[in-house]
Amino acid sequence: MRHLLDTVHLSREDAIRILDVAETMSDVSGREVKKLPALRGRTVVNLFFEDSTRTRISFEAAAKRLSADVINFSAKGSSVSKGESLKDTAQTLQAIGADAVVIRHPASGAAQRLARTDWIDAAIVNAGDGTHAHPTQALLDALTLRRELAARAGVEPTGRGLDGARVVIVGDVLHSRVARSDVWLMHTLGARVTLVAPPTLLPVGIETWPCDVEYDLDNALATGPDAVMMLRVQAERMHGAFFPSVAEYSRRWGLNEARLGLLTPEAIIMHPGPMNRGLEISAAAADSPRSRVLAQVANGVAVRMAVLYLVLSGAPSTEGA
Amino acid sequence: MSAYLIRNAALLGEEPTDLLLVDGIITTVAAGGSLEAPGAEVIDAVGLVALPGLVDPHTHLREPGREDAETVETGTRAAAKGGYTAVAAMANSLPVADTAGVVEQVWGLGRESGWVDVHPVGAVTVGLEGKALAELGAMAESRAQVRMFSDDGHCVSDPVLMRRALEYVKAYDGVVAQHAQEPRLTEGAQMNEGIVSAELGLPGWPAVAEEAIIARDVLLTEHVGSRLHVCHVSTAGSVEILRWAKARGVNVTAEVTPHHLLLTDELVREYDPVYKVNPPLRTAADVEALRAAVADGTIDCIGTDHAPHPTEAKECEWAAAAMGMTGLETALPVVQHALVETGLITWADVARIMSATPATIARMEGQGRPLAEGEPANLTLVDPAATTIVNPDTHATKGRNSPYRGMSLPGAVRHVFFQGKQTVRAGELVHSSTAAKAEA
Ligand SMILES: [Zn+2]
Repeated sequence: MRHLLDTVHLSREDAIRILDVAETMSDVSGREVKKLPALRGRTVVNLFFEDSTRTRISFEAAAKRLSADVINFSAKGSSVSKGESLKDTAQTLQAIGADAVVIRHPASGAAQRLARTDWIDAAIVNAGDGTHAHPTQALLDALTLRRELAARAGVEPTGRGLDGARVVIVGDVLHSRVARSDVWLMHTLGARVTLVAPPTLLPVGIETWPCDVEYDLDNALATGPDAVMMLRVQAERMHGAFFPSVAEYSRRWGLNEARLGLLTPEAIIMHPGPMNRGLEISAAAADSPRSRVLAQVANGVAVRMAVLYLVLSGAPSTEGA
Repeated sequence: MSAYLIRNAALLGEEPTDLLLVDGIITTVAAGGSLEAPGAEVIDAVGLVALPGLVDPHTHLREPGREDAETVETGTRAAAKGGYTAVAAMANSLPVADTAGVVEQVWGLGRESGWVDVHPVGAVTVGLEGKALAELGAMAESRAQVRMFSDDGHCVSDPVLMRRALEYVKAYDGVVAQHAQEPRLTEGAQMNEGIVSAELGLPGWPAVAEEAIIARDVLLTEHVGSRLHVCHVSTAGSVEILRWAKARGVNVTAEVTPHHLLLTDELVREYDPVYKVNPPLRTAADVEALRAAVADGTIDCIGTDHAPHPTEAKECEWAAAAMGMTGLETALPVVQHALVETGLITWADVARIMSATPATIARMEGQGRPLAEGEPANLTLVDPAATTIVNPDTHATKGRNSPYRGMSLPGAVRHVFFQGKQTVRAGELVHSSTAAKAEA
């Protein structure tokens, strides 16, 4: 795997391989000495054009546990939205010998640009680009759900997909790179995904996505999903007339206490964070035993270790970009 | 005296014909191989198609103000190389061409360069801001004799202002050329709204934002009895509205760009900003509808929307990139490929949509005339059997932002005559033919 840019072009084989390596990495994280020498001498740059402390520290922890040298490059606030500096920055990182660049950028496609131009030779890992993709988030979601399904079936998760699982993803799909990455990855792994949102927060053109679309959350929950993923909804969307009020959104699409009661006993709740308690998710849901929010965070480090390891170890595979 | 004898050119793609050009006029048109003209330079045109000099109703020459992107000199060289003898220069320069002074400046630069006629387009509103009418009358009566007015790059979205502009230009036999884009529906828009934008997570530019303005404007035009030209029509729905308006007798004309006749939004998938353009590349169904609309006359002409940009404006992430593509030097090959070789139109139709009609719309005297005795000697000889791999690095325009880089396209412009002077010989610019600054 040369780069990790999105999940649309990730094969099932590669996806399962990442998840399997992540399981191994997870064991490391459980040890007293949480460190492997795998990437000693390699340089990983966290190139963040957008604030995201959570994602950055997750990648940083992942790289450090693999003994890589980590450089954090926060480009936010400079004249980065002016275009040429992405090229300049990339060439600077090339000059200092970056082996992998983890990029977070507000513009959709920024990771592709780094991977497809001759600005830089490093492996590119997309840590979220605009409203396009966030593949490591999708992978950690898949890892979390796969473990859950395996535990339920009393088997080892390794080598398996998400075949037969039913996943409901609720919220602002239009502006969500997480939803885009989840839909394709979970579909590739054999899960059946249903997106639930107000029609204003679903993109025109969604009809070709490999998932079902539903406007009514109660209908979706009545199908007995294995996992419900709540997407973050920004209250400011109200000003773009995407929904009339926070109260109405919360009533119709929020995971409140009544809706918790509709879930099957095994169903889990996921959220990519940070949560808007009281908007898309109630405190009762967020703090319920079904919640896997903290497991997701822990799994994020394992998945990012796996991705960095695979793009930097140069192991042959199908085109995973 | 300057004289050229063009021998055995296929006149509008038909019979071999000899044409004698003397002092800027086509003096004789006769059967192929029948003319002798001692003293005249002979151009062997066997296998070449003779077309009237091409006319572009929609060019961005960037001067004054953005000479880093293009100048009148470089832009008109590109035009000549593309087979053109006249261009309409859009008003979105810096300063904006919204006064008699600026349009006369551009007109004068065109005269100095001498490669093609440059007809400045006047802005409809002051500063292209869509708030107050520019001095349309002063521009019309200036030496530039402006007849086409446009805020291109921006839509005249205020319906009252658009109505007034349409009314006002009637006094000068003018036309309002509308860049049809409802601004509220396209805030932050990055590409065509549809299947590809949904997947790529790029804010969409919906077809309805174009169609709603065209629908409004044809109704306004009918109501006030004026003349409307629609720039760069890009959707199948726009074609339907235009067809309806023309059937009602509305005095509306429309242009389509070469790129909207060939390229689709599928090309955006790699986020290469060379494909970023406004209006955006649409779907294959739109391309098909646009081609059919040219064939049936619903779309009247080809406008290049030639929009050169410096390299750094495209060497960046998609959202930060400038919108626009170069087009003057590839327009004829794209039209041959998309329309002639598909059997949709003939070379005579090419002459109509790329010369006669745009010249009439923009009221360009001496342009778009038939290749007949007594007419001005503006003509282009194209080799339809040639094939070119497009290499923007060899183009005369300063812009390297051609979406056709590496593409194999048919047809090559061999010779161009502008007012009887040869501006292009064997595909290369003839520098002695103009008063142009040698170093430019
Ligand atoms: Zn325009």
